[in-house]
Amino acid sequence: MEIAKLTDITRVYTIGEVETHALRGVDLSIGEGEFTTLVGPSGSGKTTLLQLIGCLDKPTSGKVFINNEEATGMNRNQRADLRKGTIGFIFQFFALVPTLTAYENVELPLLLIGKKNNHKARVMELLDAVGLVDWAEHRPDQMSGGQQQRVAVARALASEPLLILADEPTANLDTENGEQVMEIMKKLNEETGTTFVFATHDPRVIKYAKRVITLEDGLIIEDKNSGK
Amino acid sequence: MNYILKMSLRNLARNKRRSALSAIAIAIGTALLLFMSATIRGEMRGALDLTINLRTGHLQIHAEDYKDENMSLKREDMIEGPLEISGQIEEIAQVKAASPRLNISGIVAFKNETIGVQILGIDPPSATNSMYIEGMVAGEYFSTDDHEGVLIGLPLAESLDINPGDTIDLIINTSEGDTDEQRFTVRGIYTTDTPAYDKSTIFMPLEKAQTISRTDNYASMIYILLHDMDDTAAVKDAIQAPGYIVEDWVELNQLIVIVEQLSNAMMFFFNLMVLGVTSTVIMNTLLMAVYERTREMGILGALGMKAKQVKALFLTEATLLAIGGVLIGLAIGVPLVLYYAQVGFFLGDMGISANSSFMFGNSIYPYPTVGDAISVSVAALLITMLSGYYPASQAAKLEPVDALHSNN
Ligand SMILES: Nc1ncnc2c1ncn2[C@@H]1O[C@H](COP(=O)(O)OP(=O)(O)O)[C@@H](O)[C@H]1O
Ligand SMILES: [Mg+2]
Repeated sequence: MEIAKLTDITRVYTIGEVETHALRGVDLSIGEGEFTTLVGPSGSGKTTLLQLIGCLDKPTSGKVFINNEEATGMNRNQRADLRKGTIGFIFQFFALVPTLTAYENVELPLLLIGKKNNHKARVMELLDAVGLVDWAEHRPDQMSGGQQQRVAVARALASEPLLILADEPTANLDTENGEQVMEIMKKLNEETGTTFVFATHDPRVIKYAKRVITLEDGLIIEDKNSGK
Repeated sequence: MNYILKMSLRNLARNKRRSALSAIAIAIGTALLLFMSATIRGEMRGALDLTINLRTGHLQIHAEDYKDENMSLKREDMIEGPLEISGQIEEIAQVKAASPRLNISGIVAFKNETIGVQILGIDPPSATNSMYIEGMVAGEYFSTDDHEGVLIGLPLAESLDINPGDTIDLIINTSEGDTDEQRFTVRGIYTTDTPAYDKSTIFMPLEKAQTISRTDNYASMIYILLHDMDDTAAVKDAIQAPGYIVEDWVELNQLIVIVEQLSNAMMFFFNLMVLGVTSTVIMNTLLMAVYERTREMGILGALGMKAKQVKALFLTEATLLAIGGVLIGLAIGVPLVLYYAQVGFFLGDMGISANSSFMFGNSIYPYPTVGDAISVSVAALLITMLSGYYPASQAAKLEPVDALHSNN
């Protein structure tokens, strides 16, 4: 089963007179249950590609399908609806809402998608999965970077998405915390079958991936299954 | 608690000083408007009250062509047998007092100085004079058959250095078209706290005023005060005065009524100005917040927050600021207005002529009303919420992806 499919994607950023061709014709298919990494040097188009898969952005040309539904023609609100419960995000920086506690951050996607019933059990289960039950009532500024990123992982999982997109989730973490976050993601991938796609250029992270897609100058130059 | 409300509250708590300053701006605006509206209302009411009490009465009977400012002594401009008419009118239950008044123009001469004055012939025992009797500051009030006594106002006494018992010369117009000069004794000095009036009005017993002006058995008008001004229309209908006309305080104070409308319109623009400043502050605060939280909006967008929820978030923040600000404004403004409504504030002589249709006391007593407090609060609330609308729409317009690229 295919979760995301992108055909002949280009993305050109125009700032004033300057055009940047961030993606120059990418075909990509992400299957259910994958644990895939996008690698490549800085500026190669990893973030751009993740945002297109996640329907946060629209391609300049080409088509994006999520669960066989074409997202390319949708407006902002329709894309938001499509993302709901389907796609979760983990970002590199400042990913938590600073005014909310760990518990509230994890609960937020559930509130945003309009789940009214009691979230407590679900939220605590997620915090438990990332080892932060005791930190439920803490705010981001009271937590370490690693802890914050684990909360972000729990939050990305809250609405039980089919696909989680993570953009350099370990870039700001030391080795120990980085590996801890990767271990958690790997475990969740195996236990829940949630699909993960993460961008990185950290070799320590790459080793966790089953599939490694290499980008360079806006093109996929290698797509390798590690066989794990 | 609704999560939008919770996030808004926390966002306001994020930058406590900025939120507090914004709320204070709204509070000051609200308090200022509350104070202004009560002051203008008090001023208008005060002016109307004074004019009714000193000049027009609630109702007045006079000849068709009579005009207050002319002080005409022609028979056709006057009322014949005024005491009988006023006696009948006093029989009407709602009437507090009715009494003839005779307006004559004249000149006071004291030592080497002369000053133009209005001589008002009044029936000394009538309750219509209670304001002057209560306002006596020196000497004594006069009696009906006093043929040599007058009362003068405090500012006139001070400027000419006249004391009770002193004599002054009065040159008085008569109905025959000439003047008569006689010497009078100042029995007493009064004040109504209305400098323009007190400076230029001299009281004389009606009988003597009629004799000296050759208008025996005539008066300029019948001046009528009611217990309750709401009865004006009813009493007006009940009055029988064939050959004369009856006018009520609204007709007699057209100018004040117009000025009051004008001042309401001015108050409206003043409101707009104050609230315009307030709304600029709020808009600025919220725009700064939108700018600072651009990246956060991107994250929220990626998590599934929709444009209208983002808008709701900022509008809620504006509304909370507005409610907080208005409540503080009321907490400051209401006691302040109530205090000044009691003690008033002193203005002194505003230099407005006694002959103008406007009477100003030397103090203003703000007159707060619940209606004004409500309309000021609602206006401040609405304007603040409206000024949150633009920043909120800006925030809602952010595409998550652009927001994520932002450096904030
Ligand atoms: N919002 C943007 N506006 C203009 N140029 C952009 C924008 N985002 C990315 N780019 C450019 O597109 C190219 C690819 O960027 P990006 O997808 O962020 O690469 P990576 O994540 O691999 O570092 C880079 O040259 C970058 O400068
Ligand atoms: Mg990147």
